[in-house]
Amino acid sequence: MFYREAGDFKTSYQEDSQTFPIKFDRYGFYVALAVAFLIIPLVINDYLANALLLPFLIYAIAAIGLNILTGYAGQVSLGTGGFMAVGAYAVYKLMTAFPEVSMFVHVLLAGGITAAVGVLFGLPSLRIKGFYLAVATLAAQFFLVWVFNRVPWFYNYSASGQISAPERDVMGIIITGPNAPAWAAYLFCLIFLTACALVARNLTRGSVGRTWMAIRDMDIAAEIIGVDPLKAKLTAFAVSSFFIGISGALFFALYLGAVEVGEAFGIQKSFLVLFMVIIGGLGSIFGSFAGAAFLVLLPVVLKVFGADWLGWPTDIVAHLQLVIVGALITMFLILEPHGLAQLWRVAKEKLRLWPFPY
Amino acid sequence: MKMKLATLALGALMAAGPAMADLVFPSLSYRTGPFAAGGIPFADGYADYFTMLNERDGGIGGVPVRVIECETGYNTEKGVECYEATKNEGSLLYQPLSTGITYQLIPKVTADGIPLHTMGYGRTSAAYGKVFKWVFNYPANYWNGASGAINHILELNDGDIAGKKITLLYHNSAYGKEPIRTLEELSKKHGFELSLLPVDSPGQEQKSQWLQIRRDRPDYVLFWGWGVMNQVAIQEAANIRFPMENFIGIWWSGAEPDVLPAGEGAHGYKALTFTATGDDFPVFDDIKKYVIDAGKAAGNGDKLGTVQYNRAVYAAMLAAEAVRKAQEIHGVADINAAQMRDGMEALVITKERMAELGMEGFGPTFEVSCENHGGPGLVGVSQWDAKAQKWNLISDFKPTDGEVIGALIEEDAMAYAKEHNIELRDCN
Repeated sequence: MFYREAGDFKTSYQEDSQTFPIKFDRYGFYVALAVAFLIIPLVINDYLANALLLPFLIYAIAAIGLNILTGYAGQVSLGTGGFMAVGAYAVYKLMTAFPEVSMFVHVLLAGGITAAVGVLFGLPSLRIKGFYLAVATLAAQFFLVWVFNRVPWFYNYSASGQISAPERDVMGIIITGPNAPAWAAYLFCLIFLTACALVARNLTRGSVGRTWMAIRDMDIAAEIIGVDPLKAKLTAFAVSSFFIGISGALFFALYLGAVEVGEAFGIQKSFLVLFMVIIGGLGSIFGSFAGAAFLVLLPVVLKVFGADWLGWPTDIVAHLQLVIVGALITMFLILEPHGLAQLWRVAKEKLRLWPFPY
Repeated sequence: MKMKLATLALGALMAAGPAMADLVFPSLSYRTGPFAAGGIPFADGYADYFTMLNERDGGIGGVPVRVIECETGYNTEKGVECYEATKNEGSLLYQPLSTGITYQLIPKVTADGIPLHTMGYGRTSAAYGKVFKWVFNYPANYWNGASGAINHILELNDGDIAGKKITLLYHNSAYGKEPIRTLEELSKKHGFELSLLPVDSPGQEQKSQWLQIRRDRPDYVLFWGWGVMNQVAIQEAANIRFPMENFIGIWWSGAEPDVLPAGEGAHGYKALTFTATGDDFPVFDDIKKYVIDAGKAAGNGDKLGTVQYNRAVYAAMLAAEAVRKAQEIHGVADINAAQMRDGMEALVITKERMAELGMEGFGPTFEVSCENHGGPGLVGVSQWDAKAQKWNLISDFKPTDGEVIGALIEEDAMAYAKEHNIELRDCN
């Protein structure tokens, strides 16, 4: 009824190819942005920020990054944890070496450094494909974690090998360290997420994104029609690693504050982000958000429900949480193999026809 | 984007908490995951001691104690979630039982003004009270442990260990790396040869490390392990017939679940300790009577007298004593977190007080001060008797190399203060 193209006349090509061609979607997007930028910062508290919103925003950036590589360019990667570690250690070295520089610059630079490392580890993708590439990126994961454990220069020779984020600000507002107000850290991450999502959306529907998808769908055919696989694959690795590096930097500097590479950026992190992408939907920006929300929020919601409201023993709740999340993942994959994004697409199709489906 | 409304509603519900007169002790426990073997008895002991105080004395100074348990699974992200969820409940003290989570919480508790007690774990240099106002790690820390182990080896060798080969087998994390610096200093001082063997978490896979030990034939192996890693290491040591009396673990690597799987092979394995073993203390009669027999135990009540359970009882006792001290200093029964900190800083544990609590000889006696948040660092050695299936204390709680450790603590604390722009407190 309200959700339809009818009556929304497009008079230019720009309007015709915009991200949200349906008016209802467009306004929904603006409202969501307004709520996220204007209302949530006013009501946010430490718990909301540190337990739910920061991890959601940061994992969403990582999921967008991996989605570009795996969902759009079809290169399976198990190195996400390692690339996040590169971002985290890069921002740590930058923060401690140049304390006066704005955090915005540091986070962007950390993303850039990760992009360079990503391109380096992306080189084998020119020769190997599919499962074999997954194994090569797995090697990157283990190698990077090993390096950060092994070389004391990366953690400034601290006794325990931990890195901890000192207090840094952006234009006088503290955004890292324990004294940072919740709204500042939240807004900082939100700005990066919004920018990343917009960039990713516009890259993926432009010529670069088309070459990625051509490579994904059939690399030989893509080569025949003139797509340069070297350029396409390496740009995918670079852009993807850039986003993952940003998320790693934010994960360390704003969310955890102190990090130990093996624990925070181990192989389980790579799997977690990969699950987000698969559950959310490969090749979909919305899917990255949905997948991150599903895997970050669901365990916390289950814990709050089971342990705090029902008063069940904490170990039972923790075990039940694994069972429920696992069961839901299996269920989703059976019922909708294309992820939450596909569910969303189907729902939108239904909405368009409502109330007169045929 | 639509998800945010749901989280908003959830947050509003979370914010509404009860406000009664009680002493709140959050217990960041882990009853699941690869480290649960140590986490379960500790969580049980911590909760049971406070339940016993509530049942027997009606709390501490007449105010009941409330323990909020939050499952971390030894995972730092969940640890942060647990901390944020419990900090506004009027929490008096955090004991996360995880070095990784400790590192996360040190800046947070400092900003929020809630004391953190990391008994025998965490950041060693937190003993330096001038820098770490809110963090305590009495009665002993890892560097005391490292030095205690070396002292024990010195004793066995009549004070001369020059040229001996000592290997440190450690959990490749902040926890396992803590003793390295001290051991390096001590190896310079005593002339032994130190080699390092990291094991990646969680530590089920140690074949290559033990192969190397078999090849290098070190005289002693020091061991910094936790959770499932302990059982594996002790089993592997038994498999290569490494002389068990030369295999010395830190206090987190010497409990019943660690040695039992290796059966007879574990006989003679040693572990450092700062708490007594067994249940032969009057305090356990009270716990049995008021908690376990009354059906109020946190777990199934079978962990009483085991190493980690005892250690948790000791941790809870120190917390309760600090509350008493704080109540005495400030003259209020329902204390807050800042008053709790004052109580901890003025804490004095004497032999007489331990006897009154039914825990005579259970742990070392010590005093905390403004400069020294770490206590004197007295460390004992216990040995596993596989035939009798019990841990025996084979050495008293003895002092460790304060000279070496003190200098290292000051150096590390100063580096932290510089990195985080912390001004030194005036302790006079």
